[in-house]
Amino acid sequence: MSVFVHKESRVIIQGFTGQHATFHAEESMANGTNVVGGVTPGKGGQTHLDRPVFDTVSQAVEETGADVSGIFVPPPFAADAIMEALEAGIGVIVVIADGIPVQDMVRVKRYARDRSAIIIGPNTPGIITPGGCKVGIMPSHIYTSGRIGVVSRSGTLNYEAVQQMTALDMGQSTSVGIGGDPVNGTDFVTVLRAFEEDPETDAVIMIGEIGGPQEVEAARWARENMSKPVVGFVAGVSAPPGRRMGHAGAIIAGESDTANAKMDLMEELGVHVVRNPALIGETAHRVFS
Amino acid sequence: MNIHEYQTKELLRSYGVPVPDGRVAHNLDYAATVAEELGGERWVVKAQIHAGGRGKGGGVKVASSLDEVRLITDQLIGCHLVTPQTGAEGRLVQRVLVEQACDINKEYYLGLVIDRGSQRVTVIASASGGMDIEEVARTTPEKVVRESVDPAVGLMEFQCRKIAARIGLKGKQISEASKLMRALYRCFRDQDALMAEINPLAEVNGGSLMALDAKMSFDVNALYRLPAITELRDFDEEDPKEVEATGHGLNYIALDGNVGCIVNGAGLAMATMDAISFHKGKPANFLDVGGGASPEKVGNAFRIVLQDPNVKIILVNIFAGINRCDWIAEGLIKAMQAQKIGVPIVVRLAGTNVEKGAEMLAASGLDFIMADNLDDAATKVMATLAEQGS
Repeated sequence: MSVFVHKESRVIIQGFTGQHATFHAEESMANGTNVVGGVTPGKGGQTHLDRPVFDTVSQAVEETGADVSGIFVPPPFAADAIMEALEAGIGVIVVIADGIPVQDMVRVKRYARDRSAIIIGPNTPGIITPGGCKVGIMPSHIYTSGRIGVVSRSGTLNYEAVQQMTALDMGQSTSVGIGGDPVNGTDFVTVLRAFEEDPETDAVIMIGEIGGPQEVEAARWARENMSKPVVGFVAGVSAPPGRRMGHAGAIIAGESDTANAKMDLMEELGVHVVRNPALIGETAHRVFS
Repeated sequence: MNIHEYQTKELLRSYGVPVPDGRVAHNLDYAATVAEELGGERWVVKAQIHAGGRGKGGGVKVASSLDEVRLITDQLIGCHLVTPQTGAEGRLVQRVLVEQACDINKEYYLGLVIDRGSQRVTVIASASGGMDIEEVARTTPEKVVRESVDPAVGLMEFQCRKIAARIGLKGKQISEASKLMRALYRCFRDQDALMAEINPLAEVNGGSLMALDAKMSFDVNALYRLPAITELRDFDEEDPKEVEATGHGLNYIALDGNVGCIVNGAGLAMATMDAISFHKGKPANFLDVGGGASPEKVGNAFRIVLQDPNVKIILVNIFAGINRCDWIAEGLIKAMQAQKIGVPIVVRLAGTNVEKGAEMLAASGLDFIMADNLDDAATKVMATLAEQGS
């Protein structure tokens, strides 16, 4: 089945007619993603990439039966776009924008609380089930279909891990980028639970970074609830405390927040921790075979 | 983005948070004038720099005469104030805040943060004011009160009363504290703050509450809708290399090692530094060139990294997704041709158009040390440094 998105997913793109959205929608379609239309306010009724354009998400859902949305609008408009998708009943919402104000996301999460949708991101390369469905901006060609789930905060570090896997003939069931922001739609636990329940996933690679408690919370959850092995890495061992390392969420806030402190705790909780980021693939290969 | 204490206090005053009477001064005559106009017999003169720990560094002093106000101001302005947060070189003081001194009966701590656990704005309060809150939380966690705010309704009065009672406030102080906390929250919400800290929140003579010191930082991603806050930015308080990098769309942070790093993506940039550290090397910087790295951007990245005299070698690690390896290669070649780069360069390219990029580098005739993967790159960096004997 894979997790969250698959061959049968019906995808719309919000901000459809923009340059980036167009480029990545075309790439996704070329790789088998079922893009059924898009939304650009004011351009309803037009056709773009041979797909219908709608003014609102609810119109797009009524007309196309869309259940997944990729949001490509700029950061200042993203919170509104996410809430529009939530209100229209979209089940999986993927938010690419990097630079959404944190308090906007606090409000989005409150709005999402009583709805069952999954929000992936923001500040994510997206989600891909190789050969089935891609909603995002990652280079499709590095992914191969397989039985290992990948979940990461960083985009390029996700690519790095995937390439190391590919070099050792390990493919992915689904790869999920949960994003680098401090307040994000989906945490590690939610993704681990989905991988645990997915019959097509045998094991998971979890890639975190400095800042926040969620890697350790995920490890604790995995010890109680997971039967599948987890290999983990936390980036930022060499990061100085108090400095924000690129991602809005990547900042060491206290002693227990350093990468080493997190990896020590994860190890105690049963995660197979990799200390050298160049050996994520090798470690996974050894642990999973 | 951080602002100065005097700016934070003016902002908080406009929201109704009680702060001491005071004004900022850039020279000793004006400092004395401010003190005279404020009246009273004692004043506090506070160096205005963004780093904390000013009290410990001698940047906060009490004056009992106008002459003393002049003397202290003269000592502070123009000096490089060293505090536990500035590093050994200190930070240049260009202005002081002159305030009326007040007698303090008791000190409390009040802060607002975006808590990642609850994913909400959270109030943190403690009866142990004037101290480092992390220290208090570590040694006596029971003394730290936390209350998270539902963004749909904001910080409610009952929550404020609860916090006030739990840190030991009594009588009319409870409603006074409620009013103050709600004013602070409104400021935090309206101005897209990431952190606000009043430490100490003091009970002064007569029992009323006042914010004696205040710090706030703001969300740079929200500056587009915060014109007033944007104007408060003080670039003198930021590393000039980091400011220049930001202007070029690069994310740069100076560190103290000798391996310069040029990477795309924050996570991979951190992991590249970690791989170097794993091989017992020391990164000189964090640098994320971001998506869409044009040849110009790569050139700027080289220039900024090379401004650091400690850099003995540069590692370029690019995993192209939106980026393309051929663009990166073009940028590398142009950068090498345009400026004298006196250090070896190790290059690892992967992802979109990797073959084309590698061919361009090989055909350029320039001296790049090519690496196949991250581990190979870190190994080659260390081997080259060892050959150089550094």
